[in-house]
Amino acid sequence: MGETERLMKAAESAMTGDELGVGVKMGDTYRLTNSSTGGPVFVYVKDGKIVRMTPMDLDDKVDAPAWTIEARGQKFTPPRKTTVAQYTAGFKSMIYSDRRNLYPMKRVDWDPDGERNPQNRGISGYERITWDEMYDILAKEINRVRTEYGPASILSTPSSHHMWGNVGYRHSAYFRFMNLVGFSYADHNPDSWEGWHWGGMHMWGFSWRLGNPEQYDLLEDGLKHAEMIVFWSSDPETNGGIYAAYESNIWRKWMKENLGVKMVFIDPHYNYSAALWGDKWFSPKVGTDHALSFAIAYTWLTEGTYDKEYVATHAYGFEEWADYVLGKTDGQPKTCEWAEAESGVPACEIRALAREWAKKNTYLAAGGLGGWGGACRAGHGIEWTRGMIALGTMQGMGKPGSNIWCTTQGSPVDTEFFFPGYAEGGISGDCENSAAGFKFAWRMFDGRTSFPAPLNINTPAGQHVPRLRIPECLTLPEGKKYTWNGKGFCGGDIPHQMHKYEYPAPGYERCHMYWHYGGSHIGTMQEGNRYVKMYHDPHLECVVSESIWFEGEVQFADLILPACTNFERWDISEFANCSGYIPDNYIQCNHRVISLQDKCIQPVGESKSDFHIYCELADKLGIGPIFHEGKDELAWIEQYYNATDMPRYMKFDDFLKKGYFVVPVNENRKKTVALRWFAEGREKDTPDWGPRPNNQCGRKGLQTTTGKVEFISTSISRFEKQGYVDPHRPAMHTYVKPWEWENQKKYPLGMLSPHPRYSFHTMGDGKDSFMNDIRDHRMKVGDHYYWIIRMNKVDADARGIQEGDLVRAYNDRGSVILYAQVGQKVQPGTVHSYESCAEYQPVGTPGQSADRGGCVNILNPARYMSKYACGQAPNTSFIEVEKWNGDAFETGYPQFVTEGMVDA
Amino acid sequence: MKQKYIIIDVRWCHNCNNCLMGCKDEYCELDMSTGPVHSDWSDSDPQPRHGHRWIDVIRRERGVYARNDIAYLPVPCQHCENAPCMKAGGDAVTRREDGIVLIDRAKAKGNKALADSCPYGAIYYNEQYDVPQKCTMCAHLLDDKEGWLPGMPRCVHNCPTGALTFVECEPSEIEARIASGELAAYKAELGTKPHVLYKNLYRYTKNFVSAGVLVDGDCFEGAKCTIKGEGHEETQETNFFGEFKFDALEDGKYAISIDANGKKYDTEVTISGESLNLGFIKL
Repeated sequence: MGETERLMKAAESAMTGDELGVGVKMGDTYRLTNSSTGGPVFVYVKDGKIVRMTPMDLDDKVDAPAWTIEARGQKFTPPRKTTVAQYTAGFKSMIYSDRRNLYPMKRVDWDPDGERNPQNRGISGYERITWDEMYDILAKEINRVRTEYGPASILSTPSSHHMWGNVGYRHSAYFRFMNLVGFSYADHNPDSWEGWHWGGMHMWGFSWRLGNPEQYDLLEDGLKHAEMIVFWSSDPETNGGIYAAYESNIWRKWMKENLGVKMVFIDPHYNYSAALWGDKWFSPKVGTDHALSFAIAYTWLTEGTYDKEYVATHAYGFEEWADYVLGKTDGQPKTCEWAEAESGVPACEIRALAREWAKKNTYLAAGGLGGWGGACRAGHGIEWTRGMIALGTMQGMGKPGSNIWCTTQGSPVDTEFFFPGYAEGGISGDCENSAAGFKFAWRMFDGRTSFPAPLNINTPAGQHVPRLRIPECLTLPEGKKYTWNGKGFCGGDIPHQMHKYEYPAPGYERCHMYWHYGGSHIGTMQEGNRYVKMYHDPHLECVVSESIWFEGEVQFADLILPACTNFERWDISEFANCSGYIPDNYIQCNHRVISLQDKCIQPVGESKSDFHIYCELADKLGIGPIFHEGKDELAWIEQYYNATDMPRYMKFDDFLKKGYFVVPVNENRKKTVALRWFAEGREKDTPDWGPRPNNQCGRKGLQTTTGKVEFISTSISRFEKQGYVDPHRPAMHTYVKPWEWENQKKYPLGMLSPHPRYSFHTMGDGKDSFMNDIRDHRMKVGDHYYWIIRMNKVDADARGIQEGDLVRAYNDRGSVILYAQVGQKVQPGTVHSYESCAEYQPVGTPGQSADRGGCVNILNPARYMSKYACGQAPNTSFIEVEKWNGDAFETGYPQFVTEGMVDA
Repeated sequence: MKQKYIIIDVRWCHNCNNCLMGCKDEYCELDMSTGPVHSDWSDSDPQPRHGHRWIDVIRRERGVYARNDIAYLPVPCQHCENAPCMKAGGDAVTRREDGIVLIDRAKAKGNKALADSCPYGAIYYNEQYDVPQKCTMCAHLLDDKEGWLPGMPRCVHNCPTGALTFVECEPSEIEARIASGELAAYKAELGTKPHVLYKNLYRYTKNFVSAGVLVDGDCFEGAKCTIKGEGHEETQETNFFGEFKFDALEDGKYAISIDANGKKYDTEVTISGESLNLGFIKL
């Protein structure tokens, strides 16, 4: 078939996927399958409505059996059932919610042919329009901007975790559409990796994991050898690794109950895992974790209890660093007493931990995934991360009985079976902003009948906007440009993250139109009121919000496209598999479960799937056949299915009927423990995605220049020699205090705001969902569900605050009204309130008054982690708290960040 | 005949609220502008979207930073054999042969006193339908062998830690487990004989005393610590942080003696509704 003929045929047959999933009859309901950010589910449907949603019980008659691990004379095998996170268990309430965008809407006083009234965004209200009217307006605006300024003048970016599904999700349908239309992509900072990316990567590589470690086969290793696990900024019962619900809960139960493994927690917050498992809890003051890691290293150095042989052959720059730890170079020995003064943790207990650690087989659970952790998203995130790697190295990580392992990955499922994750590009084949280029794009597109949609604007040579500076870039004053170093999600080579950018990029026009997919930034990005200030700026001519719910910053859009949830469209996915920058992370699960995501119900109201919206708009723009290739969602899913290893086991038609597949355990799989190859000086043998051959010598060693763990980073040293000296990211792993520390003089309470438990970023919160009824998520006072702040009784008493009081948390950046929970979950001087609430509800003027939605990120600094590391640092923040008197606290707009703003 | 029970192990509840979410998923009416949506159960009225917690997970913090802990207690209707609501509701409340206590929507209509009669606070009043409501142990699902294969209530099915389990057995088996001290009724003093029973209830109802033993400024492992009080005598060795923690203590006076390799310390403490962090004991 010729190209023209193919496209004509495609245009004729473009479909919308109206048909619903059939599922299995269960009494008077039908049981369908779907999946989510919190696990795969059975969905019971009756009369076109969802009646219930449950975890999946596996069926021994048809599903592959589970694995068994033998360790210390015991046998361990997991339950034959998947787990779900609470925001999945309550998902039905988000599908059927009055907060849904039910119809296409246009702001009443936004006239694309006349006055656009940007000052009224968030104020003037909406009128319902038809989809045809919406597509007409959009096509006209897109073509106007494109012909006036060029395609890079449309800025777009999605929320991090919008929905689930490898075809309909953002790396797939969204990128395919946007790349064909043309846009500047707002690059995401790696908001879960941060310190590992900007710091850890310079110490041990792992750029393809943004600095996080591999975790292969560590469950068996831990079950065989672990005597103690130190959880540091790690709360697996909250984050479940990522996307893996409570799959690993049973693993910790085996270790604690069957094997007597001791568990110590270091976190300013007495987190849910500490409460469930902890033999001991250390609560360092915010921003001081690395004082503890230095004191532990000091203890090992002075008592000679580290692995000297390993360090001699596996570390670079260790001796110079050790002299610094001992105080020989700066006059300050990093003793336990010194660490007590910095962190508030008793010196005797730090020393006791250091001694026990050296004596026992200890695994370091640094973060919740294998990497991550709130401490990496902080002013000391770079040095905390390097401290974790330093401690792991000093105890010979990779040997049996020592590793960095967060107890959330490492199950012995089959890593040879190929099924890609959501970040492997799906139907986009975008090899730049997704991981499509690793394997999948070459299996997905035959180059004859089906083609990828690569990007051509957000390339290293094209236009970029960093997500944390969207407000500054979109409102850039005339005669100015914005400059910065670094890109978050880039992992080809270590120095890629040091690349210098400017906006507008040379030869490019600035952005005039903003299309956001989801509306999460006020809750998830720092100094959130900046985003509101941006929406009121006349530089921004058109704001499009493609969103399922009317929440967050959606209220500031000119045009609202009502999208639907993944329960109202077709898709396909695997439990917890998001690889991409977390390769093979289905090893978090007890079973590899691949789900058909049935279209369970018709989209609510006039909402449509993102794919469907793109199809129709692409048709209007004259690029429909190139976008959809004549295929509806199910046809794309079939093409996707056939590009995986699934057809080896099951015909697509059978998969459509059964709805899910459990990947069998592969008895012939070679077990390869993470970093064992490194410890033993062998060629790397794990199924990991890196390092690339050119980053190693003979496949041995780490990705760093020296192939060793670099206590003095060669990549940062080279950068420094080029003149890029960064006081908060020195070449040597150093005790650097977070810059935010200065604010403590004015605001005495250190606030910790890690990723939340009862929502996944903004997914699950707000939306009038069931999660609002969880006592530890929000509490109702009067007519409003308030977000919670946790404080110690000592601090509460000093301020006349009692449990249940509404309080105003504030600093120079703004005010947030919260519900006070008083107790002992934080030490005096520290408060805790999760980031990422979905609601932004100003009490007075939008952007200029207190928010009672609960966006504590309004109070967190928007400043980059360090001069050349453009990550976020919300977990070092200082505030004051007082009883709320009901005022709106009109304080005016916040300041924009001026660092990096230079004359054009 | 065999009776139905829910067993809740306080040790394993970590407040995820999947139980509450499963309950709301099953029973709530999701009334939105496009029309009401709710599951069709046992021809009863739906639960309001918000406000009811037919299984309510309540927290109790014990101790003082940094020797503190938290217990979470999931409280559904206790499906009592001597149910106070049955006395208050007359024939509006029935107890099935398998032990499940149900409120009849028609007979209970308008009876707010019924909601107030439960000493566990487990009956809620639905203002919209003017009816008291509560946990049904998912009777309609347990009875539906074809439509609901898991064969257990939604809260139990959603629980990821094994804190909630569903048991069908002869009453004698449960009585033996109560007699052995493995299981206990919450607020047993009420004599309600619930069919919801708890393991490790002391984590919520009783208290601990804890301290760190230091010798020459360092945490001392292996110190012999003994506590004596009325009905309670126990010996522990301190862990590598020098810590002991005597738990499950009733209110009263206790004598604690510590022997750290010959260095001795004696003290008396009084537990009165709260757990105690004695700080560091320096020897």
